[in-house]
Amino acid sequence: MSNQLSRRSILGKIGATLAGVLAAPVARTAKAAVQKVLVTTGAPKGYDPTRHKWVMAIDANRCIGCGLCAEACKKENHVPEGAFFRTWIERYVITKPKPESGETRGETLVDCPDGGMHGFPALSIPKEEIQHSFFVPKLCNLCHHSPCVQVCPVGATFDTPDGAVLIDPKYCIGCGFCIQACPYGCRFLNPVTKTAEKCTLCYHRITRGLKPACVEICPTQSRVFGDLKNPAPDDPLEKFYQNNRVQALKPHLGTEPRVLYAGIDKEVR
Amino acid sequence: MTTEVTNVLFEVMPHFEGYVYPNEATQQPLWSILIVLYPYITGLVAGAFIMASLVRVFNVRALEPVYRLSLLTAFAFLLCAPLPLLFHLGHPERCLEVMMTPHLTSPMAIFGFVYAWYLMAVLLLELWFDYREDLVRWSETTPGFQGILYRLFTVGVMDVRKPALELDHKIGHILSIIGIPSAFLLHGYVGFIFGSIKANPWWGNALMPIIFIMSAMVSGIALCIFNYMVLSWIRRKAIDMKCLDTMCKFLFYALVMDGAIEALDWIHRIYSAEEGFQVIQYMAREKLFYTLSVGQLAFGTLVPLLLLGVLQLIRLRVPEVMRRRMYFTSSALVLIGVLAMRWNVVIGGQTFSKSLRGVMSYKMEFAGLEGWFMGAILLALPFIILTVMVKLFLSEKLATTPPWEPPTAGAGQRPDFRTEPVRP
Repeated sequence: MSNQLSRRSILGKIGATLAGVLAAPVARTAKAAVQKVLVTTGAPKGYDPTRHKWVMAIDANRCIGCGLCAEACKKENHVPEGAFFRTWIERYVITKPKPESGETRGETLVDCPDGGMHGFPALSIPKEEIQHSFFVPKLCNLCHHSPCVQVCPVGATFDTPDGAVLIDPKYCIGCGFCIQACPYGCRFLNPVTKTAEKCTLCYHRITRGLKPACVEICPTQSRVFGDLKNPAPDDPLEKFYQNNRVQALKPHLGTEPRVLYAGIDKEVR
Repeated sequence: MTTEVTNVLFEVMPHFEGYVYPNEATQQPLWSILIVLYPYITGLVAGAFIMASLVRVFNVRALEPVYRLSLLTAFAFLLCAPLPLLFHLGHPERCLEVMMTPHLTSPMAIFGFVYAWYLMAVLLLELWFDYREDLVRWSETTPGFQGILYRLFTVGVMDVRKPALELDHKIGHILSIIGIPSAFLLHGYVGFIFGSIKANPWWGNALMPIIFIMSAMVSGIALCIFNYMVLSWIRRKAIDMKCLDTMCKFLFYALVMDGAIEALDWIHRIYSAEEGFQVIQYMAREKLFYTLSVGQLAFGTLVPLLLLGVLQLIRLRVPEVMRRRMYFTSSALVLIGVLAMRWNVVIGGQTFSKSLRGVMSYKMEFAGLEGWFMGAILLALPFIILTVMVKLFLSEKLATTPPWEPPTAGAGQRPDFRTEPVRP
């Protein structure tokens, strides 16, 4: 039979497998080297993304809607004026049901004037008609299965090993596909650079040992930030996950956001 | 509802009802008229090619007079298909990245290759093999610049002996067969660009590629009818009624299938009434009333269905002039209806917030990259290119040998619309 195993063919196959196994790390290193040269991330020299896993969590119970985070983010990241936000705060007001309506709750009203950057105006609804009222800070959800990364035609937006989802502004072609694909409205097309933009967890700061601007400025520690691979003593993230039952936004879409929320309601999308 | 009309007439500041994410509260939707035109033009390409394949692959002899016109239509529109996409990019100068470093999980990246394949490997080659014999002859008989052009198009292959022509014929046939799935792929992919966006309940839909393919066929056939009638009118040539009847029969069938699939889509949406259905319902009733209910459904689908349907039943009892008018009206309405459909998909998908709590109004500007004017230019451009191509390759002065003829047969003997007697 011609397809019988011969010593030569077996050796050949073993050789090919070995070559493949040996070539894989070489290819990985080459890819990393290429990325290092070509990809713009804002991280300092010598920063090793494989040694970190950054994440943010939101304790909506603590948020007072002061808007400092949104303002700090705009300033820190030079986000253009107008309807462009890397982070913002939404106010939810759920009214009580009308008497004898047979409903469990009334209307849900959401607002976010100027991204919540300058706080919120007083409510026009009388206090006694309100069932729940709370603030929800929003940012990139750092999805496990990011639809934005999936659809980028040139790979300008990518998952980093340390958990951030970044955009290379020198490579982005500005097609807007990622903006359409993000279910959370976290992306926008920067009118100045004509490229897509979003929360980077202040990558230029966290890779230098600082906290993101919004976390730094939050007066109520509603935004909890940390490195899952290097937990600090008395780590706030660890405490957050331990003390709260958490929720993700739009879980039915299967994006598996890594940013988890405590203290939100089913109405939050 | 009224903003759609007022926006045409004068400028209305954008406004928002309910809650929209702050990043969505922009002056213009991210994808506007250019991205409306992109699937429209691509669809016309795919449809016109299918029309040509009916002759070549499915042997519908009655359509022979429009074979070459359909192919040239497909080619002219294909050349313009990526332009809206290119102009819309924030960085058009980086467009080649899509081909050089494609991200393979992105539908848009793969579209680049599908487009290139369709242009280079299918349409261009098929046209060349179809025209080769003619090009050689024309290059010898036509004087001046035009003759030089024909000579250039032959790329130096001047062999018109019988075996060579037989090979041309064979390759052309194979390319036609490859072309059909390629045309489906081309436009199915455009549908997938929208259908793959699960974040948007208006778009994220498994039926989207099929809807796009069907509407592409409808619009492409309608465009061929439109072009054929206009060209015959310009040249004062009698229309081959058998050909026109057959084209319109195919338009009717395609329209029935397209309408059925779109109806199925709506039935599914209404019955399953998933998250976001309320906002979709509001959009259909209010925001998109004119383009969806009036433009796409009533004038773009129902009226042509009625006109063409009646003609299928009592064609012989309707006088020719009347029939021609009904056909022309149907094809023009279908073309407008499919444009309205693209508008509804692209603009409709962006006039509600992904928070599903609010809607935006779209104000289309006149000038500017995303304005009426630019849209009109981009829509006129393929027709201008087609006019040049018709002058060069469907000239009344030049005798042609259509590819379905045996290679040895004399040129210009077939009764097609170029050689028929002048209409009285």
